[in-house]
Amino acid sequence: MLFGAILGLALLALGAGNPVLRASAQTSPSVTPLEVTEIAPGVFVHQGAYAVFTPSNRGDIANLSFVIGRDAVAVIDTGGSAAIGQALRAAIRAVTDKPIRYVINTHMHPDHLFGNVAFADDRPDFIGHHKLARALATRAERYLAINAELLGPEAFAGTRLIPPTRVVQDRLVIDLGERELMLEAQPTAHTDNDLTVHDSTTGTLFLGDLLFMRHIPALDGSIRGWMELINRLEQIPARRAVPGHGPPSAAWPEAIQPQKLYLQRISTEVRRMIKQGRSIAEAAATVGLSEKDAWLLFDEFNARNVTAAFAELEWE
Amino acid sequence: MPELIARRSVLGLVGAALTGLPAMPAFASEDPWPGLHQDVFQNRPIVEDGLITLDAPMRAEDAALVPLTVKVARDQAAPPKSLTLLIDKNPAPVVATFYFGEGSGEIELSTRVRIDAYSNVRAVVETADGALHMTTKYVKASGGCSAPALKDAELAEAELGKMQFRQFAADMPSSSSREAQLMIRHPNHSGLQMDQLTGYYIPAKFITDLEVKRGDTLVFRMEGGISLSADPNIRFTFRPAGSGDVITAQAKDTDGRVLRGSWPVKSGSEM
Repeated sequence: MLFGAILGLALLALGAGNPVLRASAQTSPSVTPLEVTEIAPGVFVHQGAYAVFTPSNRGDIANLSFVIGRDAVAVIDTGGSAAIGQALRAAIRAVTDKPIRYVINTHMHPDHLFGNVAFADDRPDFIGHHKLARALATRAERYLAINAELLGPEAFAGTRLIPPTRVVQDRLVIDLGERELMLEAQPTAHTDNDLTVHDSTTGTLFLGDLLFMRHIPALDGSIRGWMELINRLEQIPARRAVPGHGPPSAAWPEAIQPQKLYLQRISTEVRRMIKQGRSIAEAAATVGLSEKDAWLLFDEFNARNVTAAFAELEWE
Repeated sequence: MPELIARRSVLGLVGAALTGLPAMPAFASEDPWPGLHQDVFQNRPIVEDGLITLDAPMRAEDAALVPLTVKVARDQAAPPKSLTLLIDKNPAPVVATFYFGEGSGEIELSTRVRIDAYSNVRAVVETADGALHMTTKYVKASGGCSAPALKDAELAEAELGKMQFRQFAADMPSSSSREAQLMIRHPNHSGLQMDQLTGYYIPAKFITDLEVKRGDTLVFRMEGGISLSADPNIRFTFRPAGSGDVITAQAKDTDGRVLRGSWPVKSGSEM
C-alpha cells in the first residue's frame, strides 16, 4: 500500500515537472556517455551486457538505440535505470544537439524502459504499444520493488516509471525531418505489447526483444504468437535488424534463425510431453536441453520459458 | 547452503530484469504456522508420519505458477477424507481444501499455486478416523500473488469459463483408479495486483467452489482461494464405474458465475 502510494506520487510529480525530479533527470557533467556504434548513417546503437541486473552494471543489459533526422532525434529504449538513461542521453548529446522529440519503448520490461525518466526534461512523446500502459499498470509495483533491490540504492537512484504518453494502435509514422520511422504494434508474441520500429531510410528494423541473439529468448507472451509473428517479420525487406539483446546489428532475416529454431524445439518438445500426459514440472526439467550450448543465460531462462509454453500449449 | 543462496540470487536477478519475477528476500518474521494450526485446524494434533508425499520444486521458475503434486500412501486403514494445501507466508495461506467422495480413486492430486514469499508449503490430510497427517516442503519463490500471471490479458477475458478435460490411460490395466485433468480458464485475480495508474487494486475475482462428480457420485469438492494459479488446473484420480459414465464439473466464482462441463468417461482403449 505504502509503496503504491509513493509511486503514485512519483507519477503525478513527473507529470507536473516537479523540480526535484527535474534535477535528477538532468545530465550532470559527471555522467559518462554510453558507448555507441553508428550501424548506419544517423543510426546509433549501444550494446547492453549479456547479463542480469546487478549493482555494477546498473541495469545496462539491453540494446539501446537512437536515430537522428534533419530536425529531431528518436530514442528507442532507454535502459534499466535512470543512471543508464542519463548515460544514453549523454551519448546522444555527444553526437547531436537536435531536440529529442520521441522516446519509443519496444515493450514493458524494465531493462528497456526504466531509463525513460532521464528524458523527462526533453518533454518528448513517450510512445508505446496501446497495451503497454495496462501491462505496466499491473506490473510496475513489482518491477520497481524488485529492480530497486537488484540494482541497489546507488544504481537505482532516481528511477521512476514513465508510462506512454502516446500509443500506437496499429501503425504510426513519426517524422524526424527527411526521415520517417514506421512504428508497428504487434500481436502477442514476446509480450502482449511488442512494438517494432522500421527506419526505411537505412533499412534498419528495430525489433526490441522480438529478437534475441546469443542471449536466450525470454518468453513472457505467447510462443505460438511469437512463432507466427516471426514468419511475418521475415518478409520485411530490411537490410539489418537491431536485437533487444545481442550485437548492435545483424543481417536480416538471417539474424533470427537461431531463435526460430529454439522456439520450434521448445514447442515441439512441450507438445510431445503434453501428448504423453507428462507434467509441467517434468517438462521444465527436460525440455530444450539440446539448445543449452547455443545460448548465454540458458539456465536462468529456459525452464521458465518451458513452463510458460506448457501452460499455453496445453490449451490447444 | 552457499550454493543454494547463490542460485537464488541469480534467479532473482534474471527474473526481475526481464519479467518481474521476484527476488524479494524472505523477511525475517514470526513463524506463521502456530497461528495457522490454531485457525485452520483448531490446534488438533497433526502427525508428520510419511503418509503423504508432496512434490514441489525447490525453487519456482514462475512464482505465479508453481506445480504441486500430493500423493497419499495406499492401503492405509483409514482412507483420506480431505486434503488441505497451505502456503504459510501467502496473504491467503489456505490454497484450497479438497473433500474426497466415493468416486475418488487413489489419492494423487496435482495443481498449480502462487507463492508470494519464500515459504513452507504444507499438505494436510484428514483421514476417515479423524487423524491429521502433514508433510511440508520449503519452496523458494516470491511475489506470485501480486505478479500477474496472465501473459495475454485479452485472451484471458475472452475465454473466461472455458473448461478442458483430459483423461489419461491407467498405469496398469488392473488399477481401480483413472487419472484425469480439469482445466478452467479463469484469471483467478488475487485482488493483490495494483493498477499502477489508478492506484487501485484490481478487485479479487476467483473460483471459490468446484465440484467434480462421476454420474451422481462425488469425486471431489474443492473450496479454493486466491493462491490457486490463474487458469486453475487440477489433475486428480477417479474410480470408473462402467460404461456410460459421465464426469461433470461445476465451478462457482466470486462474481456468482457458474461454470459447467461434462465429458463421457473413455475406456482405456480409447486413450
